[in-house]
Amino acid sequence: MMQWQSWSAFFNMGGYAFYVWASFGLTVLCLVWEVWALRKRSAAALHLARLLAQDQ
Amino acid sequence: MKDAWVTVLKRDLLLALRRRSDVATTLFFFLIVSSLFPLGIGPEPAVLSSIAPGVLWVAALLAGMLSLSRLFAADFADGSLEQMLLAPQPLVLLVAAKVLAHWIVCGLPVVVLAPIIGLQYALPNDALLALVEALLLGTPALSLIGAIGAALTLGVRGSGLLTALLVLPLYIPVLIFGAGAVAAVQHGMSAQAHLSLLAAFSLLSLVLAPLATAAALRISVD
Amino acid sequence: MIPWFAWMAAVFAMIGLYVGFAIAPTDFQQGEAYRIIFVHVPAAWMSMIIYIVMAAWAALGLVLNARLSAMMAQALAPTGAIFTLLALVTGSFWGKPMWGTWWVWDARLTSELILLFLYLGFIALQSSIDDPRKADRAGALLALVGAVNVPIIYFSVKWWNTLHQGSTISMGAAPKMVTTMLIGMLLMALAFWMYTIAVALMRVRCIMLERERSSAWVKELSGVAS
Repeated sequence: MMQWQSWSAFFNMGGYAFYVWASFGLTVLCLVWEVWALRKRSAAALHLARLLAQDQ
Repeated sequence: MKDAWVTVLKRDLLLALRRRSDVATTLFFFLIVSSLFPLGIGPEPAVLSSIAPGVLWVAALLAGMLSLSRLFAADFADGSLEQMLLAPQPLVLLVAAKVLAHWIVCGLPVVVLAPIIGLQYALPNDALLALVEALLLGTPALSLIGAIGAALTLGVRGSGLLTALLVLPLYIPVLIFGAGAVAAVQHGMSAQAHLSLLAAFSLLSLVLAPLATAAALRISVD
Repeated sequence: MIPWFAWMAAVFAMIGLYVGFAIAPTDFQQGEAYRIIFVHVPAAWMSMIIYIVMAAWAALGLVLNARLSAMMAQALAPTGAIFTLLALVTGSFWGKPMWGTWWVWDARLTSELILLFLYLGFIALQSSIDDPRKADRAGALLALVGAVNVPIIYFSVKWWNTLHQGSTISMGAAPKMVTTMLIGMLLMALAFWMYTIAVALMRVRCIMLERERSSAWVKELSGVAS
């Protein structure tokens, strides 16, 4: 099933390496960033909630 | 009920008449923006006449955009909008009256001025006619849809730009068919299809937009 | 529940990528560059699906005056916008080697661009209104107006595009679809879908925390006795 002669052929993507890997890379980057930003937001919200609860 | 409608219409027209500068600024903006493009692109008549439909329509859209904030803001500020919401007459009707006033004050002058600017863009007479027809059929839709944006952003910071961001994507079909009508005539074809679609879109907006606007007003004012 | 969706996303992604890279054959015309469709098309699908789901939640929130529905709509928007952006950017990266330009004004890409504007408008409106309930309802109305307009916009853009055909080549000239390619795209789409659900649930939790800060259950959650 594997149709790539070697790893270097795989990375080369028939000469289109830049375009293919940029696309996939950007996708991964965006999705990872979204999750990271969301975790930060969640932590901040919890922190603030804690602070407010303590004030009461 | 008809009395209320006419009253609101007359009131808005009267207010606009008193603040004539508002109308004038919209027109001047239209004029200035239309003049910027040749300055940026070059005076060649052939080039200008090919970009004319798009440029004139975009200028009309932007000019209309500017005037939207005035649709509800003044009434909101002095409390008369709340009165309208509480009135026994259907809000949809009152909204329709206000939008009609807006179109008469801001849309119609653009329709009148456009062919004159079209001359500056070396548009032939049949194209100029198509431009007027298209604007006549399309600008009501612009006022109607714009009202939704104006109502949604009432009292919000930076509402002018925000309204533009919300409403311009919705204007795109009108832009495409409006400019397309003029371009079609320039290429020797009939603008019938474009104009029919514009008319259909305006009618659809007439039916749906006041409902959405009324709903938006209730959300914004309550 | 969130971890389950996250794992599903990862699993589908791994299988999808395997199918996309290892099993799907090289395209006759486009060579290896076509493999970008394994993210481009699923991202575009998601951008549209999320908008519809978002509008549905918004409608539900308006009709039933339900807070959770409105919060779900708010939670979905950023993810939808990101997928729209990805569809546009990966579309560019696909277009450059294939047709020589970074951007073509074809019907589908242009419609995606307008969809991005609709998402951004929704997010901008909600973030500019201070009162959360008002922001919910205003945003919901906007989402509905947008949803009604989307078919009209798509139709008019398509028509605009056919008028000005000539030299522009449609981005829709996809490679001849071999079954493995289709399976790869579907798997990636499922991966994105699972991801979206996981992320939306995470975000709605944040939104709830942010809004209900002072209520008792939040205090318990944050580990301080009320």
